[in-house]
Amino acid sequence: MAVCFSLGATDASSRFNDLGHRLMCTCGCAQLLGECNHVGCPESGRERNELSDAIAAGKSDKEILGSFAAKYGATVLAAPTGEGFDLLAWIAPFAVFGAALLGTILLVRRWSVGRTPAAAQVQDPATDALREKIRRETGSDGGF
Amino acid sequence: MAAFGSFALLIALALAAYNLLAGAVALRLIATGQPARISPERLADTARRAGTAGFVAVTAAAFALVGSVFANDFSITYIMEHSNRALPAPYKFAALWSGQEGSLLLWALLLGIYGFVLRLTHKTDVKLYAYAGTILAGIQVFFLAVLCFAAPPFALYQGAIPDDGNGLNPLLQYPEMVIHPPMLYLGYVGFSVPFAFALGALMMRYPGEKWIKVTRVWTMVTWMFLTAGIFLGMHWAYAVLGWGGYWGWDPVENASFMPWLTGTAFLHSVMMQEKKGMMKSWNVWLIFSTFLLTLLGTLLTRAGLVSSVHAFAESPIGTWFVVFMGIVLAVCVFTYVLQRSHLQSEHHLESLVSRESSFLFNNLVLLTACFVILWGTLFPILSEYVVGNKVTVGAPFYNRVAVPIGLFLLFLTGVGPLLPWRATSFRSIRRNFVLPVIALWVTVIVCLAVGVRPWKDGAFDTGNFYALVDFALAVGVLTAILSEFLRGAGVIARQTRRNLIVATWLLTRRNTRRYGGYIVHIGVVIIVIGLAGSAFNRSVESELGLHDKLSVGPYTLECVGFTQDSNLNYNSEFALLDVYRGSKKQFQMSPEKRVYLVSGQPQTMVAIHSVPAWDLYVVYEGTNPDTGQPIIKAFLNPLVGWIWAGLAVLVFGTLVALVPSLSPATAALRVPARTAPAEPALKGGRL
Repeated sequence: MAVCFSLGATDASSRFNDLGHRLMCTCGCAQLLGECNHVGCPESGRERNELSDAIAAGKSDKEILGSFAAKYGATVLAAPTGEGFDLLAWIAPFAVFGAALLGTILLVRRWSVGRTPAAAQVQDPATDALREKIRRETGSDGGF
Repeated sequence: MAAFGSFALLIALALAAYNLLAGAVALRLIATGQPARISPERLADTARRAGTAGFVAVTAAAFALVGSVFANDFSITYIMEHSNRALPAPYKFAALWSGQEGSLLLWALLLGIYGFVLRLTHKTDVKLYAYAGTILAGIQVFFLAVLCFAAPPFALYQGAIPDDGNGLNPLLQYPEMVIHPPMLYLGYVGFSVPFAFALGALMMRYPGEKWIKVTRVWTMVTWMFLTAGIFLGMHWAYAVLGWGGYWGWDPVENASFMPWLTGTAFLHSVMMQEKKGMMKSWNVWLIFSTFLLTLLGTLLTRAGLVSSVHAFAESPIGTWFVVFMGIVLAVCVFTYVLQRSHLQSEHHLESLVSRESSFLFNNLVLLTACFVILWGTLFPILSEYVVGNKVTVGAPFYNRVAVPIGLFLLFLTGVGPLLPWRATSFRSIRRNFVLPVIALWVTVIVCLAVGVRPWKDGAFDTGNFYALVDFALAVGVLTAILSEFLRGAGVIARQTRRNLIVATWLLTRRNTRRYGGYIVHIGVVIIVIGLAGSAFNRSVESELGLHDKLSVGPYTLECVGFTQDSNLNYNSEFALLDVYRGSKKQFQMSPEKRVYLVSGQPQTMVAIHSVPAWDLYVVYEGTNPDTGQPIIKAFLNPLVGWIWAGLAVLVFGTLVALVPSLSPATAALRVPARTAPAEPALKGGRL
C-alpha cells in the first residue's frame, strides 16, 4: 500500500488522462477515449488532439465536455450529466439505497419492539414441533 | 455430421418435452391423489429416464459440432464462420462457444450435465428431485427449442462450400478463452438447479429447510464457477484487450456481475433460514431473481438492446428470451401467491445489532449494488424512451456510485461475523472490535505518513480518498477475521496442547463452513486491496527508435530491436525491450501486435511483468507509418497481482466450506455390566 501512495495518484498529464476517461471514443468501439487503442481507429486520434488543444487553450473541464457533447452528441460523454433527466441516473441509486436502509431499520425496530406477540403467530404447535424436528435432523453443521 | 447433430437435437427436444409433460402430470396426480390408469410414480420414473436420455442426445449433438470443427466441415455455416484449417487444436474446442448457436448448445449441454447428476442422485428425496428435474426439463425445452428452430448450429451453408473458414475471432485466440466461457456458463447454468429446487419445494410445500441443505452444494459450486468465470474474463480483458484495465463496466460484464451479487446475497441470507427459519420469502425471491438475471444477461448480449464490446452475436432470438423470461416470472409469481402461507417466518429479528441484522444489511447492500448496475445498464434505453436522448453510462458513473456501496459491503464483511446471533452486548462489541479498529486507524495514520493526500491542492481527490478508506477497512477486516481464527485456535491449542498452526487446522476442520467462509472473506479483502491499486495506475506512451528509452515508475525501457514474423495463422510485429531498474538490467519484454491472415483482424499481445507490488504492462500500439518505428505504451499498475491471488484464496475457501466438517469421533465402549448380586447376598447371605 505504501508503494502505491509513494507513486502518487496521478502524474503531470493528469487532466488529459482524467478528461480522456470521461469521454467515449466515437468510432463505435464502446471504449473510453483514454483507453481506445485499437489499430486504425478513425476517431480516437482526432478526438485526443482536440482534447489536448482544448486543455492547452485553457478551457475549463465543463467547457471541454460541453463542446464535445455539442459536436458529437450526448453519447460522447462517458456518464450522464447532472442536469435534466440525466440527474435521475445519479439520484435513483442513492434514493433506492436510502429508502431500503431506512425501511430495513424501521422493520427491524418494529420487530424488536413487538416481538413477543409476533412470536406467537397463528401457527399450529404440531407443525412447529415438526419443523424443529426436521431442522434438528437435517440442520446445518454450524455455518456462520 | 450435420444431419446427425440436428437429429440429436430434435431427439433431445422430444425427450425434454416428454420429461416436462410426463413429470408434470405425474406430480399433479401424486399431489391430488386422483386415480389414474398408470401409476404416477412409474410415470415420474419414465420422465426421469427421459431426462437422462436427453442428456445423452445433447452430448451427442455437442460432440457432432466439435467433431465437425476438427473435420473442417465448412458445409456447416457455424463452422465456416468460426473456424479455419490453420486454427490450433485447443481453439477448435473454443469454437463451440465462440458464436451464438454454439454457446447456446454449450448452455444446453451444461444444463444436461447438471440435470444428469441431479437425476443420478434422485434417491436423496425422490419427490423433491422429481419436481426439480421437471422444472429443469422445462428450462431445457426452451433452450433446445431455440437451438432447433431459431439458432440452429448445424444449419448448412448456402452456395458453394468454401475451402477455408473465416477463422476464430482473434480476441478469442487466447488460452483463457478456452476455459473462461465454460466457467462462466457453468455458473450461469448452475443457478438453474437451486432455482428448480426452490420452485419445486415451494410448489410441493416442502416441510422444513432440507431443500436448502440439498441445494447448498449446488449453489456454492455454481457460485464458485461464476466467480472464477468472471475473474478469468477480467484477466483475459487485462491480458488481451491492451487498455491496461480489467473491468470496463461493459453491459455484458455487468450482466455476469448481477446474478453473482444476488447469488452472493442468497448464500448469506439462506443461513438465516437454515438456522432461524427466517427470510423464507426473501430467499425464494433471491434465487428466482438470480435465475432471471442469468437469462437477462443472455438477452442483453443477444438482443442488441445495449451497445457492448461483446455484442458479437445480435439476433432475433432476443424475442425468445423475453417470452421465456415472461413465462418464468409468471410461474414464479403464481406459485408464490398460491403458496406464500408456507413461507411464514418462524422468528423475527430481535436486535438491530446482531448477526441476523448484519445478514439483512449485507443483502441490502448487495441488492443495491445489483440495482445500481441494472439501472446503469438500462438507463440509456430509458433515457431514449422518455426524452428521446440516448446517453452513455460508462465507468465514471459506476466508479462514483458503486465504489461507496462496495466499501460499505467491505465494512459489513468485517463486522457481520463478529456479531453474535440474536443480540449483542457492549462488552461483546468491545471485546471483538477493539483490535480491528486499532488496526484500521493505524493503517490510516501510516497511509497519511507515506504520502496519501485525500485533499490535494485544496481539492477533494476521490481516488486517493477511496483508496485510503479501502486500505484501512481492508486491514481492519483482515484483523477481525484473523482474530476470529486466533481466538478459536487458541482455545483448541490449550485443550489439545498442540501448536497454533495445528490448532487452526483442527478449528477449520471442525467447522469447515464457518472457517471456509472466513477464508472466502480473506480472499475478498485481498481482491479489494488489489482493486484499490487502480487509483494509482500511471502510463506513458512514446515512439521508440533503436536504443531509445522510456521511463515509467522505477523502470526504464530501452528498445533493443523491433521486427516482424509470420506463420500460417498470423503475421506479427514485435519490439524487444530491455528493462532497467536503476542502472541494472532486470529482464526483457516483447510486446507484440498480430494481424490474423484469414480475418485481417489485429490483436494485441501484451507483455506483462508481474510482481506483488505492481505489474509492468507494455503494449505494442502500432507502427508509425512515416518512420516505421514502434509506438510503445507502458503502464505501471499497482497491486493487480493481488486480485488474482485473492481469487485463488476465495476458491480455496469455497472448497474448504464444501468439505464436511469433522464430527467428534465416537466409538462404542464395551463396559461389563455390573454383576448382579447373588441371591444369597440379597437375602443377607455371605458373598
